[in-house]
Amino acid sequence: QGYEDWLRHNSDNEVNGAPVYVVRSGGLVKTRSKNIRVGDIVRIAKDEIFPADLVLLSSDRLDGSCHVTTASLDGETNLKTHVAVPETAVLQTVANLDSLIAVIECQQPEADLYRFMGRMIITQQMEEIVRPLGPESLLLRGARLKNTKEIFGVAVYTGMETKMALNYKSKSQKRSAVEKSMNTFLIIYLIILISEAIISTILKYTWQAEEKWDEPWYNQKTEHQRNSSKILRFISDFLAFLVLYNFIIPISLYVTVEMQKFLGSFFIGWDLDLHHEESDQKALVNTSDLNEELGQVEYVFTDKTGTLTENEMQFRECSINGVKYQEINGRLVPEGPTPDSSEGNLSYLGSLSHLNNLSHLTTSSSFRTSPEYETELIKEHGLFFKAVSLCHTVQISNVQTDGIGDGPWQSNLTPSHLEYYASSPDEKALVEAAARIGIVFIGSSEETMEVKTLGKLERYKLLHILEFDSDRRRMSVIVQAPSGEKFLFAKGAESSILPRCIGGEIEKTRIHVDEFALKGLRTLCIACRQFTPKEYEAIDRRLFEARTALQRREEKLADVFQFIEKDLILLGATAVEDRLQDKVRETIEALRMAGIKVWVLTGDKHETAVSVSLSCGHFHRTMNILELINQKSDSGCAEQLRQLARRITEDHVIQHGLVVDGPSLSLALREHEKLFMDVCRSCSAVLCCRMAPLQKAKVIRLIKISPEKPITLAVGDGANDVSMIQEAHVGIGIMGKEGRQAARNSDYAIARFKFLSRLLLVHGHFYYIRIATLVQYFFYKNVCFITPQFLYQFYCLFSQQTLYDSVYLTLYNICFTSLPILIHSLLEQHVDPHVLQSKPALYRDISKNRHLSIKTFLYWTTLGFSHAFTFFFGSYFLLGNDISLLGNGQMFGNWTFGTLVFTVMVITVTVKMALETHYWTWINHLVTWGSIIFYFVFSLFYGGILWPFSGSQNMYFVFIQLLSSGSAWFGIILMVVTCLFLDIVKKVLGRQLHPTSTEKAQLTETNSGIKCLDSMCCFSEGEAACASVGRMLERVIGRCSPAHISRSWSASDPFCTNDRSVLTLSTMDSSTC
Amino acid sequence: MTWSVTARGAHQPDNTAFTQQRLPAWQPLLSASIALPLFFCAGLAFIGLGLGLYYTSNGIKELEYDYTGNSGTSNCSVSCQCAWYFSLPELFQGPVFLYYELSNFYQNYRRYVVSRDDAQLSGLQSALRQPINECAPYQYSAGGLPIAPCGAIANSLFNDSFSLWHQRSAGGPYVEVPLDRTGIAWWSDYHVKFRNPPLVNGSLALAFQGTAPPPNWPRPVYELSSDPNNTGFINQDFVVWMRTAALPTFRKLYARIRQGNYTAGLPRGAYRVNITYNYPVTAFGGHKRIIFSSISWMGGKNPFLGIAYLVVGSLCILTGFVMLVVYIRYQDQNDDDDDEE
Repeated sequence: QGYEDWLRHNSDNEVNGAPVYVVRSGGLVKTRSKNIRVGDIVRIAKDEIFPADLVLLSSDRLDGSCHVTTASLDGETNLKTHVAVPETAVLQTVANLDSLIAVIECQQPEADLYRFMGRMIITQQMEEIVRPLGPESLLLRGARLKNTKEIFGVAVYTGMETKMALNYKSKSQKRSAVEKSMNTFLIIYLIILISEAIISTILKYTWQAEEKWDEPWYNQKTEHQRNSSKILRFISDFLAFLVLYNFIIPISLYVTVEMQKFLGSFFIGWDLDLHHEESDQKALVNTSDLNEELGQVEYVFTDKTGTLTENEMQFRECSINGVKYQEINGRLVPEGPTPDSSEGNLSYLGSLSHLNNLSHLTTSSSFRTSPEYETELIKEHGLFFKAVSLCHTVQISNVQTDGIGDGPWQSNLTPSHLEYYASSPDEKALVEAAARIGIVFIGSSEETMEVKTLGKLERYKLLHILEFDSDRRRMSVIVQAPSGEKFLFAKGAESSILPRCIGGEIEKTRIHVDEFALKGLRTLCIACRQFTPKEYEAIDRRLFEARTALQRREEKLADVFQFIEKDLILLGATAVEDRLQDKVRETIEALRMAGIKVWVLTGDKHETAVSVSLSCGHFHRTMNILELINQKSDSGCAEQLRQLARRITEDHVIQHGLVVDGPSLSLALREHEKLFMDVCRSCSAVLCCRMAPLQKAKVIRLIKISPEKPITLAVGDGANDVSMIQEAHVGIGIMGKEGRQAARNSDYAIARFKFLSRLLLVHGHFYYIRIATLVQYFFYKNVCFITPQFLYQFYCLFSQQTLYDSVYLTLYNICFTSLPILIHSLLEQHVDPHVLQSKPALYRDISKNRHLSIKTFLYWTTLGFSHAFTFFFGSYFLLGNDISLLGNGQMFGNWTFGTLVFTVMVITVTVKMALETHYWTWINHLVTWGSIIFYFVFSLFYGGILWPFSGSQNMYFVFIQLLSSGSAWFGIILMVVTCLFLDIVKKVLGRQLHPTSTEKAQLTETNSGIKCLDSMCCFSEGEAACASVGRMLERVIGRCSPAHISRSWSASDPFCTNDRSVLTLSTMDSSTC
Repeated sequence: MTWSVTARGAHQPDNTAFTQQRLPAWQPLLSASIALPLFFCAGLAFIGLGLGLYYTSNGIKELEYDYTGNSGTSNCSVSCQCAWYFSLPELFQGPVFLYYELSNFYQNYRRYVVSRDDAQLSGLQSALRQPINECAPYQYSAGGLPIAPCGAIANSLFNDSFSLWHQRSAGGPYVEVPLDRTGIAWWSDYHVKFRNPPLVNGSLALAFQGTAPPPNWPRPVYELSSDPNNTGFINQDFVVWMRTAALPTFRKLYARIRQGNYTAGLPRGAYRVNITYNYPVTAFGGHKRIIFSSISWMGGKNPFLGIAYLVVGSLCILTGFVMLVVYIRYQDQNDDDDDEE
């Protein structure tokens, strides 16, 4: 951690010390970025990073606009246009700026990157002009200036008040289940500690009641000791015992756990199998505290768009005025009731040469439509595509667009050199589709949008953008056509558009939309509204008021939007296909086999969601699908739930799937939580559609606090998933196309959904096993350590005499026993990763925190105690009636006795770790045997000199004398073997009688090792090659005797309890091995 | 360690065995087939070792006598000269070591253990004048002089003494058996850890001038022996005593018998041990014993190690058999399972 802090400090210094130019007293002054104060006017040149949150005053462009990229803030790589208010945009020189007198009022700093409200009061020629400031004029610290030579901005938030800094606030601490059980164990140990101390204190006083023990003649007290009050003595004795036994609390455990988590988390980022080659993205770990939680997941909540699917939109179909069209090869083909006719159309169209699109469309549509309808169709049709190409926030990538205006438009309809950038891939897909069809969006400047319709340039004046937000689920633009008419084009989810329509083919479109949804397409409805000049004026005024409001601006805006977006005329609907990511089906299948329940939470329509769910294997055809949708009333909902519950108990279908939609869900959650949860728990797959972001989080919270307290994991890619990612125990962000918000707020970020199975089944499993052993082992070794001390008190009149030397006391946890367990907890692989991945059922072996259950904990603790008894009493009886253990008849003293116990302990504890280790790399060998050797070398050295500054020389030559005794050696060997004997017997018998599936997997692995060997160890390093040969030899040797039994085991291996999964398994097996 | 994370241009992680967690590794399995031979081998080895150790220990002879002498059960009483007569029917195989044993004496009491000043005992002048506080109440004498050697351990130095007499033939005269009082302390203690303060004018007495002997001592420390190599802090009895025992019943080496006619051991005949009885133990219910013991390479007589080896060894073999049975039965069962499928 110190290293991390140091790195952070360095980069902080770098940022704080970066030179910036600030306008002061009429000139540019170079200063350090940490010296910027609120109100300073700062000059930023191209490709520089903004040092503070700035309000844009002017740029080198006349309209005062500039482009920035906020990649470092939210990961969105598109260029964003920011504009200055017109009054300041003209001030392009330092001198001009100096003359500016203006006041900026803005709200208190807040963390939301996309919200900013303020206004600028500019005093010009004795009159005050008030201008609204929104997020479009705020340049965020951390963003980078692009495509603009230089800008001037005034700092409004600096330092810790900037939005970037506010967003760096450490997220709420997530605690893992392991940590929780660790704390429970700790409390148990505290109780042991205190009770041991109390027992010792009480025994001390009963023992010492007689004077001959309390103060024998050879060991008199000082006057001071005699006179101290009894109570005080009692308390100080108790405290002394506490101090004596305090090593039973493994304080170093926390340090080691932290270290293990921090270092261990590198393996996720390093994993090539989690690296997505196409996008060159590797997995990111934002919170290393939760590594082991990945091995404990019971519920996976996943977003659909961008998570299960690619979020790479392809325009597929549309419905215009109640007629369905399909896009085939860049042309729209009407999709008639008879498939034959569309076939005919296709062949007919194929023969058509590159005619312009509109005529082509009219001809094709004229197959079925009456001539008098035709003209209207063209008109409506044009309007539809105009709406598509105008109602968006897409940007053109570069100045390249210039040449297109006069380009050979007619010959090629698809402009390959036009590149659109959009924050939403839907929009991009739609605009591109429109372009292919012939209505090309060429570019937008501040106030106009240029559209080329069949080669004819049309310039629309952009009057207002009513931005998209997830509550309204629609966006709209108000434009002025070249003819002067003012239109509003709205685009949004069908549920948000259709109710607001008063005209158009509403019913037909609705049917079409449902059909699209059934095919798993994403639908959007397009509508328009024409304003009369009077209407527009009213709107304009209300909008302006709302936008300049300082208080409650958002509510006001929402009201105005509500007011504007009504009385729409439906133009049609679009359907965009979102491809499934690869291996989604396998991943979901693997997760399910691992005993994880997968819930899909999506904002999509019910039909779309179900079809995607089916296609990605979340729902099976064999599944009994229960539905809880369209519930309007409380009682109805409850009734439906009860019915479902009954069906679950009655129907003897293996698996149930549940579909819930947002409104029904909120009803169910409000009143019938318990009932709903019961239903959900007995369903193996749950699909929630039409969910609002907050609802997603609410569902997760509900599961989280349900009685079993399952561990939840949320996967999502968009900003709408952030709340659910933060709510779940483990949040996983997909670094997808919808920006990086989710990835930023997540605990782990991966590039594709398919990596989830590796992350959970392999990494999660490893981390869990590792940390579980780490925790248990630490408690074990501290019990081993301190119990002999406790036992010794019975032989020294409870006088708090330590058994071990103080140096040994200190170094036991730090040096002698720390490294093997740390390395073990970093490198242990009890089962080969490939096996783990191909046999997800193994994940069940560690579910419910099994390795840290009270039972295993008690096992380890008992083991610790029994080992401690063996050390102590073994040494005790070895001494017998305190006989000499040396060949020369000389005697040992108490320190030698302690050292004997300590030596046995260090060896036993280390070898115990070795027994737990299944994956012996050279590092393991080094630290395990190195620890023991280090102990010996250190002790020889420590006992070999008289330490000049140390008060007592108790340990002088003690260790050397000990080692010179043959009996001591035999005793050490005996005690170590005895300690581990029972443990080995237990392990072997357990493996033989009730092998867990993990242990079976280890066996099969050994068995099938040679087959897999070549594929697994196909890295080129020479050393590795040698080692793999070594490994092979090892296996061959190992196979000689166990060949028979292990073969029989692998054959009857019941990894999969349910037969259906066996089918998928076998295919996966063949792919991995 | 190789955990340096360096920034890479591309985001492609390194493809090394370490980062990919593919370090070549030995993956042992504790399966029955490996454990079984292991158990049998270990069991046999342990039984062999145990037998050896047991017979070695059995070959060691011990002769002990409790001379505490309370309530007239023996001929020793408080503060006197007393004697213990015994006869050996055969040769007591040498080398023979003479120990004294105290019981119920808590040399491992914390306050007692720390009550010493190692700096003083290593002959440091400053520590001689100013003993450390842990020595209290044996830090300064009533007269205010620093006590040398300070502390409870030194103060309670065992001060009984023994001499051994041998009567070669019945009715013959008793001949004193030479007791070698050297080499009873650890070499390192005697030669390095314990040092007298530098002599003043060649006199040890002057070096200790200005100090007081421990209150229970009748003589100052420099008069412990007349031998200049065995007096002061390097008196071997003293050094032996200063090594505090681990348990409340403990033995200390008093002398070795290895000179003259007794190199091979004590020949048969009658013996007498003259005991100068000074040390009070009845106050704390303690006992004093005197022990003659021969020594093997593994030390004194203690059958425990041999027996323990035998027990563990036979346990190994027993479990080995049990596991063999389990192994075969379960193997059959597994075969049956296979057949069923």
